Amino acid sequence: MDRKLLLEHIGVEGIHTHDVYRKNGGYKAVEKALKSMSPDDVVEEVKKSGLRGRGGAGFPTGMKWSFIAKPEGVPRHLLCNADESEPGTFKDRYLMEKIPHLLIEGMILSSYALGCNQSYIYIRGEYMFVLQILEKAIAEAYANGWLGKNIKGSGFDLDLAVSTGAGAYICGEETALIESLEGKRGNPRIKPPFPAVKGLWDRPTVVNNVETIAAVVPIVNDGGGAYAQIGLGRSTGTKLISASGNVNNPGVYEITLGLSVEEFIYSDQYLGGIKNGKKLKACVPGGSSVPILPHYLVCKTATGEDRLMTYESLSEGGFATGSMLGSGGFIVYDEDQCIVRNTWNFTRFYHHESCGQCSPCREGTGWMEKVLHRLEYGHGKMEDIDLLWDIQRKIEGNTICPLGDAAAWPVAAAIRHFREEFEWHVKEPKLCMTKNYGLVTEKTFETVNG
Amino acid sequence: MSQENIQFPEPLLQEVARQIAKFPEGKQKSSLLSVLHLAQAHFGYLSEPVMDYVARLLHILPIEVYEVATFYSMYDIKPVGKVKLEVCRTGPCMIEGAEKIVAYIENKLGIKDGETTPDGLFTLKTVECLGACGYAPMLQAGEKFHEHLTEAKVDELIEQYRKNPIANYLGLENYGS
Ligand SMILES: Cc1cc2nc3c(=O)[nH]c(=O)nc-3n(C[C@H](O)[C@H](O)[C@H](O)COP(=O)(O)O)c2cc1C
Ligand code: SF4
Ligand code: FES
Repeated sequence: MDRKLLLEHIGVEGIHTHDVYRKNGGYKAVEKALKSMSPDDVVEEVKKSGLRGRGGAGFPTGMKWSFIAKPEGVPRHLLCNADESEPGTFKDRYLMEKIPHLLIEGMILSSYALGCNQSYIYIRGEYMFVLQILEKAIAEAYANGWLGKNIKGSGFDLDLAVSTGAGAYICGEETALIESLEGKRGNPRIKPPFPAVKGLWDRPTVVNNVETIAAVVPIVNDGGGAYAQIGLGRSTGTKLISASGNVNNPGVYEITLGLSVEEFIYSDQYLGGIKNGKKLKACVPGGSSVPILPHYLVCKTATGEDRLMTYESLSEGGFATGSMLGSGGFIVYDEDQCIVRNTWNFTRFYHHESCGQCSPCREGTGWMEKVLHRLEYGHGKMEDIDLLWDIQRKIEGNTICPLGDAAAWPVAAAIRHFREEFEWHVKEPKLCMTKNYGLVTEKTFETVNG
Repeated sequence: MSQENIQFPEPLLQEVARQIAKFPEGKQKSSLLSVLHLAQAHFGYLSEPVMDYVARLLHILPIEVYEVATFYSMYDIKPVGKVKLEVCRTGPCMIEGAEKIVAYIENKLGIKDGETTPDGLFTLKTVECLGACGYAPMLQAGEKFHEHLTEAKVDELIEQYRKNPIANYLGLENYGS
């Protein structure tokens, strides 16, 4: 059975309002922390919980918090990353739309722990309707004394505001987010210095994902130890998974980490299986940037173990036979989908979103897009497949920020697992045009399955 | 647009002040992206005189505004239709039929991706993942998301926007203009 730590009250009528949220136990964690815990106690509980960043990289949150520099007299800032632009990912939107006070409560707790008095939520510009929900909720929180000066007589002050992006995936990268919040282009910064030392306006800064910050609420309420009991091994707690693609029940799910992938895809409680009775062809388990898994590596690892929804199990086998939990953007492909077309589509995305600072990323994503387009539209040559492999290898690890890697990995994985499908596109170019791609991939599916 | 017409009405000036007040003294440049959204909403697109006006409002250099306006995909530095239909074309939407939706709109309105209808009412634009992948295919018009699109739904939408062309601006009710 899944524990619901974030979405427990999601079905309650009016839960987006302060009063209903409060009646359902809201802001109890803030009361508890401000009354009976020091900021370091909160950091300690988060460390104990084993919580790992939910934005994609999975870095332990408590450890990240303990790195923040504390020079005398310099303000520090907590920034909530609500840029959510990784294709396949729409969980943060769900949380903010449905239960905005959970994020606000998490922001108060986390700001208290870090000693920040002015915190921001940076939200992608396309989520303007969500921004308005958040601003209403923040106004309610001020009116009820949870934000502002001397919160509930504790002596702790906090101002919280939402600021907006304007359509740029790269602004989800933490240093690009900081640049953007300073009113500039979203060009990632060279690290070091890390944001923990020099971030927003050169002040010590922590950037955390929406879901990470929300998870601090149950951690403070029940204790880090209790949180660590949930989940499996080093994948503690629950995770929001946003599922899309060819499944019967796409949407956002809060799962307990450790659930089997098979149960997640096929159980009626979750995705309810592949749509229209078709077969599973492939799955991208953690957002467009993570390696795609062919059907035989989705529910089982290469060694025949059950694949589980944990950081460890999804990456079992490394990139040779594994993938990553990433942002939890779970995309499912049925037997009719074309891997070449999908890879071309994602590569076009990365080319479009490259900020252009590093040549391997700026040029490499464009070349890959061209080569993939050629292959998909029937003008490809066999050498193009090796050329693609070569380009992606030269991008990976050679750029300022991880967008370069994020663009390279999906291409590498597609070639690694579906090379025959690429070759088939060269051999039967006529069938690879858009209109025929359903037909093509059915054949290819048989090829792939031998 | 002549230079002297470029002026926010009082409620929008108040909104600009509210955006600036979110940041510490001297960090007003941080509100630039928000103020550009307001400017685009009010003036239709970000012409050079509009960008210069924003620079004056925030006490920054015009180049600082141009840099930003040309970087982010939501800003239009050329005129667009009253209603922008922004269809998501990324992977999860594509496998649920986004390409068919784009082709359908192109046919129906007689314009291609990136173009505006001669009456200046609709602009069609394909965009990257908008965070609605589980409810695909989808499009954004103004600040509204329209999900689970079908051809019939597109017909309905276009009809509705023909009768009542919502402008492209965002969060208007809050700005009271
Ligand atoms: C290109 C790129 C895009 C990213 N987009 C997001 C995003 O939309 N949301 C997010 O939380 N993290 C995103 N990240 C990860 C952030 O850089 C950062 O690691 C994260 O916000 C840290 O929060 P966490 O530790 O709570 O996960 C992105 C990273 C890269 C390289
Ligand atoms: S890797 Fe790409 S997105 Fe990242 S800084 Fe370099 S050019 Fe910009
Ligand atoms: S792919 Fe279209 S909304 Fe995500």
